Amino acid sequence: MHFDAHALQSQAHFFMPKHLQALMDKAQEATNSGVSDALEGVARRTFLKVSAASGFALGAFPLVAGAQGHVAAPAGLKPFEQPSAFVRIDADGTVTVTINRLDFGQGVQTGLPMILAEELDADWSKVRSVHGDASAAYADPMMGMHLTGGSNSIKNSYTQYRELGARTRAMLVSAAAAQWGVNASALRTSNGFVVGPGGKKLGYGALAEAAMQQPVPEKVTLKDPQQFRLIGKPTGRLDAQAKSSGQQDYGIDVRLPGMLTAVVARPPVFGGKVKSLDDSAAKAIKGVKAVLRVPTDRGGEGVAIVADGYWPAKQGRDALKVEWDTSAVGKPDTKALLAQYRELAAKPGNVALQADMAPLAGAPHKISAEFVFPYLAHAPMEPLNCTVKLDGDKAELWMGTQMPGLDAMAAAKTLGLQPQNIKVHTQMAGGGFGRRAIPTSDYVVEACGVAKAARTAGLSAPVRTLWSREDDIQGGYYRPMHVHRAEIGFDAKGRILAWDHTIVGQSITKGSPFEAFMVKNGIDATAVEGMKEPYGVPMKLSVHHPDVNVPVLWWRSVGSTHTAYAMETLIDEVARAAKQDPVAYRLALMGDKHPRHKAALQLAVAQSGYGKKKLAAGRAWGVAVHESFSSVVAYVVEASVKDGTPKLHSITAGVHCNLAVNPKSVEAQVQGAALMGLGMCLPGAAITLKDGVVEQSNFGDYAVPRITDMPQVTVHIVPSADPPTGMGEPGLPPLAPAFANAIAQITGKTPRELPFKLA
Amino acid sequence: MPTLNINGKDMAVDADESTPILWALRDTLGLTGTKFGCGQALCGACTVHLNGAPIRSCVTPISAAAGQKITTIEAVTASDKVGKAVHAAWVKHDVAQCGYCQSGQIMSATALLQGKKKPTDADIDAAMAGNMCRCGTYVRIRAAIHDAAKTLA
Repeated sequence: MHFDAHALQSQAHFFMPKHLQALMDKAQEATNSGVSDALEGVARRTFLKVSAASGFALGAFPLVAGAQGHVAAPAGLKPFEQPSAFVRIDADGTVTVTINRLDFGQGVQTGLPMILAEELDADWSKVRSVHGDASAAYADPMMGMHLTGGSNSIKNSYTQYRELGARTRAMLVSAAAAQWGVNASALRTSNGFVVGPGGKKLGYGALAEAAMQQPVPEKVTLKDPQQFRLIGKPTGRLDAQAKSSGQQDYGIDVRLPGMLTAVVARPPVFGGKVKSLDDSAAKAIKGVKAVLRVPTDRGGEGVAIVADGYWPAKQGRDALKVEWDTSAVGKPDTKALLAQYRELAAKPGNVALQADMAPLAGAPHKISAEFVFPYLAHAPMEPLNCTVKLDGDKAELWMGTQMPGLDAMAAAKTLGLQPQNIKVHTQMAGGGFGRRAIPTSDYVVEACGVAKAARTAGLSAPVRTLWSREDDIQGGYYRPMHVHRAEIGFDAKGRILAWDHTIVGQSITKGSPFEAFMVKNGIDATAVEGMKEPYGVPMKLSVHHPDVNVPVLWWRSVGSTHTAYAMETLIDEVARAAKQDPVAYRLALMGDKHPRHKAALQLAVAQSGYGKKKLAAGRAWGVAVHESFSSVVAYVVEASVKDGTPKLHSITAGVHCNLAVNPKSVEAQVQGAALMGLGMCLPGAAITLKDGVVEQSNFGDYAVPRITDMPQVTVHIVPSADPPTGMGEPGLPPLAPAFANAIAQITGKTPRELPFKLA
Repeated sequence: MPTLNINGKDMAVDADESTPILWALRDTLGLTGTKFGCGQALCGACTVHLNGAPIRSCVTPISAAAGQKITTIEAVTASDKVGKAVHAAWVKHDVAQCGYCQSGQIMSATALLQGKKKPTDADIDAAMAGNMCRCGTYVRIRAAIHDAAKTLA
């Protein structure tokens, strides 16, 4: 999902629309006054609400400070700057760091604690991490809302977590100084100990209780990056043990006493309703407790089968006889959409970039191209699920979510409850790729609707609404289908004279709370991100956003999933047409204006042996470089084509993400993003519709890459001490165009449709 | 009430005989280490061993497992010699990202190494092709399997 931090920082205030900001403020206020919540929750949230939290167990740091009320919160510190919300030190020295993001594989549950532990000088072997909830402290410090997206976690919380660590460290040092009767400046810290004159030492665990009585410093001095001993060091994941033994719990594994499971029969066309229902066979199935008509997304209606497990619920659903009413909703058809999009692409749209197109007509060389990109499902391995427990005027929710704050608001609205009475327990998630950052909160709202209907039907147990894989593949919120059209004029030297580019595709944010600040002049920023290139192209860019009855969403690297493909294959085509080496051509155009692009590309080129190594027979090089979410990734790949089937053999990555906090994590993200990018090229990577109905249903017809598709990948990171930029997404965009450019070297033709159809 | 032998223990399962092993494990017995991914034997997240052979528990009814030995991730990484080596290699290579598919990956990898002491890349690809990973951990899966094979040699 996309949020441009630079654009954000250039604005004086949080960049949310006023009404969204107001909503979030209300939610925060409500949460801050949530004195009825568990003690730990209250104490973590704030130092101020101390009276309700008396009697908290000793030995936890610095929660007790709040509980005992000895220390007032420093007025100048915002909730997300308070160590009490993020660090707990137990008597045995265990340091538990609360992360303000969802971990769904990207490794922030290790990366964020590394950053904090660095400044804390903690003993890494004693560091653990837990997910935060929807409390104010765990909002993104730069965006003011709870969000895991836009590859922002490390980027936006780097300074925050360093300062949190430094504040905590200062409190421990003050406590030791008081105990030893020496000046704090005479002390140092090392690997979980405060060290004093004459080499005397006290462990953080022993000091924790006393440290809680120390004032929280507002200003702290941070380390010089040269002193880092954790940040920058390849570090194993904190959850590796649990995730390699079946011990890691996810949202789907939540088990509450008496809990029931629901599956929902949803209308076959988005927004359809139930015309008639015969549930007699479903109700006869052992274990089925209720069959309920429930609201579904986009104003639709479905049928929930509530049972004492998934299997009876699914059997119940299979036994339903439902007649659907789809008369009032659009029934999009991929073929018709493609024709419509092609027509639109030939017409002027809303103008995102302007340049003089006069030289186009008389240009000595021209390229005219049309690209087609299909709808794509996220298909995270853990099917969507949300467990809802209703208790009078309160509700608790368990789910993996990238936006727990917005989801809590949506749940409150659906349930008719006060936002402060909604408690979200963010769960480790089995993937997401954007599907769990959903402005409509679709799967949360639906689950709340099911729980509400179940309660009305007399069922008081918590209800887990669980999606099948078919529900997931057919349930919408896809990367939007797009058509691009480009007319490029250039001269014999490859100098680009004019580039007329049009993008057609649904707006992701239109109609959502994000529209107000992401759609300008009728152009959704998420559709055109990635068109910004380092080559100084004189470009006119226009955009059409047709309305289609298909729910769409950000999909790992968002707009760059298609814009990078169009840009990087076209640049390569111009280079080849001008008989120039694609690498040299790119570097020449970049000049000195794009040092990070240049460094990433040069590193990938050098490490791959491009231009030097003799390739195996039938293989060709392919190159692409792209910036997304403030990081740059360049790929040099080796590919071949055999009997019309392209194969990717190896990938060499050059990465510029400034300081790589955990190089292991960066490497894993690049490997995975590259494979997901490769997946876009392979057969079966498309969601299509016929008469409003999604034609794919499971991994048999919506294909995602398997181990047999995985090429060799080596990842190289440009050294840097600058504050880190994110790596969750930037590895994806340049892979498909690099592969396509290699294919073009072999066949003379660039594939212009994804997935590839070479025949 | 059907009885299943799970991880060496006979357990009565209060579920219909058509219930897939996966849901008996997860919903009835509370063994949630085995994961639901597709329900159609397409992704491998639900892999368990039936008499030592990897099967997809999402499509195998409990009626087909009566009187036979089911081994799940909970036991294989705790008490099986090969499973322990695979677990250690998985941790050493930091294989997991989201981790959701890894129970199934480990079950398939363990079965592979129980049958083949020194698998080649091609052996690994063949044995693991039914186990999807959306995070793309395949490079490390290959490395970890080779490594586990070495420690077992």
